[in-house]
Amino acid sequence: MLVIENLHANVGDKPILKGLSLIVNAGEVHAIMGPNGAGKSTLAHVLAGREGYTVTQGTATFDGKDLLDLEPHERAAAGLFLGFQYPVEIPGVSNLLFLRTALNAQRRLRGEPEISGADFMKKVRTESAVLGLDMEMLKRGVNVGFSGGEKKRNEAFQLGMLEPKLALLDETDSGLDIDALRIVSEGINRFRSPERAVLLITHYQRLLDHVRPDYVHVLADGRIVETGGPDLALRLEAQGYEGIAA
Amino acid sequence: MTSETETLRNPQASAAIDELSTYKWGFATDIEQDFAPKGLNEDTVRFISAKKNEPEWMLEWRLKAYRIWLTLPTPEWAKLKIPPIDYQDAYYFAAPKAKPTLASLDELDPEIRRTYEKLGIPIEEQKVLAGVEGARRVAVDAVFDSVSVATTFREELKRAGVIFLSISEAMREYPDLVRKHLGSVVPVRDNYFACLNAAVFSDGTFVYVPKGVRCPMELSTYFRINAENTGQFERTLIIAEEGAYVSYLEGCTAPMRDENQLHAAVVELIAETDAEIKYSTVQNWYPGDKDGKGGIYNFVTKRALCRGARSKVSWTQVETGSAITWKYPSCVLAGEDSVGEFYSVAVTNNYQQADTGTKMIHLGKGTTSTIISKGISAGRSDNSYRGLVRIGPSAEGARNFTQCDSLLIGDKSGAHTIPYIEVKNPSAIIEHEATTSKISEDQKFYAMSRGLNSEDAVALIVNGFCKEVLQQLPMEFAVEAQKLLGISLEGSVG
Repeated sequence: MLVIENLHANVGDKPILKGLSLIVNAGEVHAIMGPNGAGKSTLAHVLAGREGYTVTQGTATFDGKDLLDLEPHERAAAGLFLGFQYPVEIPGVSNLLFLRTALNAQRRLRGEPEISGADFMKKVRTESAVLGLDMEMLKRGVNVGFSGGEKKRNEAFQLGMLEPKLALLDETDSGLDIDALRIVSEGINRFRSPERAVLLITHYQRLLDHVRPDYVHVLADGRIVETGGPDLALRLEAQGYEGIAA
Repeated sequence: MTSETETLRNPQASAAIDELSTYKWGFATDIEQDFAPKGLNEDTVRFISAKKNEPEWMLEWRLKAYRIWLTLPTPEWAKLKIPPIDYQDAYYFAAPKAKPTLASLDELDPEIRRTYEKLGIPIEEQKVLAGVEGARRVAVDAVFDSVSVATTFREELKRAGVIFLSISEAMREYPDLVRKHLGSVVPVRDNYFACLNAAVFSDGTFVYVPKGVRCPMELSTYFRINAENTGQFERTLIIAEEGAYVSYLEGCTAPMRDENQLHAAVVELIAETDAEIKYSTVQNWYPGDKDGKGGIYNFVTKRALCRGARSKVSWTQVETGSAITWKYPSCVLAGEDSVGEFYSVAVTNNYQQADTGTKMIHLGKGTTSTIISKGISAGRSDNSYRGLVRIGPSAEGARNFTQCDSLLIGDKSGAHTIPYIEVKNPSAIIEHEATTSKISEDQKFYAMSRGLNSEDAVALIVNGFCKEVLQQLPMEFAVEAQKLLGISLEGSVG
């Protein structure tokens, strides 16, 4: 599904990714762990197409398409979802309007018909119930007045509503208390299926107790330095990044 | 905007002249002609008045206005760069000629066509707007019978006792009403442009809602179907008698093809005891091209007199068009506990300039006013909010709340907030809030990562910013106004 080969990327003039390669197949859950400044968030932003990042070398394809050639909204329509570490507030635009506009924009780009109001609301009720978001919150401006945990739950809600093929979750667990972590994890687990894949970017092992990955990668200094199973995350927790990346 | 003097254009008159120049009589001021000769003098004013079969008092009124106009200075206090205007190099009256007709929509400028489609205007209505040959007939044949709908509306209004006429018709049919109120809110000598309007206004609208009558429809509904060509110097007079209610919407979200460069309209509203007038405007005149060439100068005087106790006037405006906008819809709150409201969205892009706001003049006890202004500046445009809140000595317990928010797009545009507050009664409570923000890259990227393209992302964020104002508009226009905001900002985001 996602094939990254020898990816080099700069922020400004500063090289951050320095030859990163990774293959994610449908049905798999990958976790990318690493110390601060290793390039985890840069990887997420480069894949989602944020401005200000320059790819200097290497390729990234998504379902065979050159991902780096697409605009951010085209990547979304192709099935890529970025869960933000710091979800953004958009005052005056209700969460529901935002999601429906986004969903229909994606559908139009894919040549699919727009979702009907009734189908949309049905889906909203199902997905929001799982994440404990009430209707009043969803009628408020996008993320406006949401606590840190509510923002992350809202990200998981959007994931459920937009049904991408690949969820790229950037530090989704940061700022969550134990209960919120469990709820958000459940949202991610519900998303898992043989047709879909998840790339979790995380600092800590604790998310992986709830969402069990198939592969764990260690990202250090812009490259993946080690790959293993879930036990690698446990070793990291015990030994720290120093021991592994050295 | 170019710095040279620009000639005011009026293609209808030009065409008429081209036609007439082949005649041996040339340009004599002949009542049989359907245009006034170039330039402005007393004869022009007499010609216009005669053409419209006006009563003598009306001619005198116009002549008085003209003579005062000669003595008035042009207003220079606004934060606008207005190129010098040669008032003698313009035509002030031309009977409306049929617009150039197109054989089909395929002949229409693709740019305008695209805008119509983005606004979601039905094909038949597009044809009427674009002046496609036989469009009205087509519209009649279509599902919606526009002519009979318009007739039905007229009858319904008549039954309710609402007078809704062109101001020329009203002058003939209800001379006493017009004479009593015309110029009573915006006096002839009020300002340069209002005075010019008084001398040469071509036509406009007259609405009279009698005591206790609630106008049975949004007067916008009528215009949607009957999109008439509006004049260069429009004059509107709306009177709501005791306990009456009327909602009026002027303008159109569709870009109107109008080559008249100077628009100097005057709108007067009068609300008696317990009456309410809701006046909404969507203004989308040609703003000029990307380099600031051409575009309409929109110099408008709008004022409401809340004369009766508990009367209420709401101005709502969405201003996206015109090269230069100079406009301050105001309320004189004379009646006790009367209420004035001003909700405004002003968008400027490329080289557009807007200096707009309101004046709330509190005279009566317990009067309240609310001002919500949203200015959006993109490109190299300049957008100023200029507002006056004046509390007179007798306005015991008056209140005002003002909120002015500015949104900047890009780094070459300007936003300015210029509030004037004059309080002569110590019991008044006045609140003023102002913010300036930019659309952040974070917001834009967030929306794009969910599937919106760059322009739709900006439009969504801007609509959120304007929400409090847009929700004041009548439903069907709110939807169109939202799309219009997006279209107006096209190309403003890299």
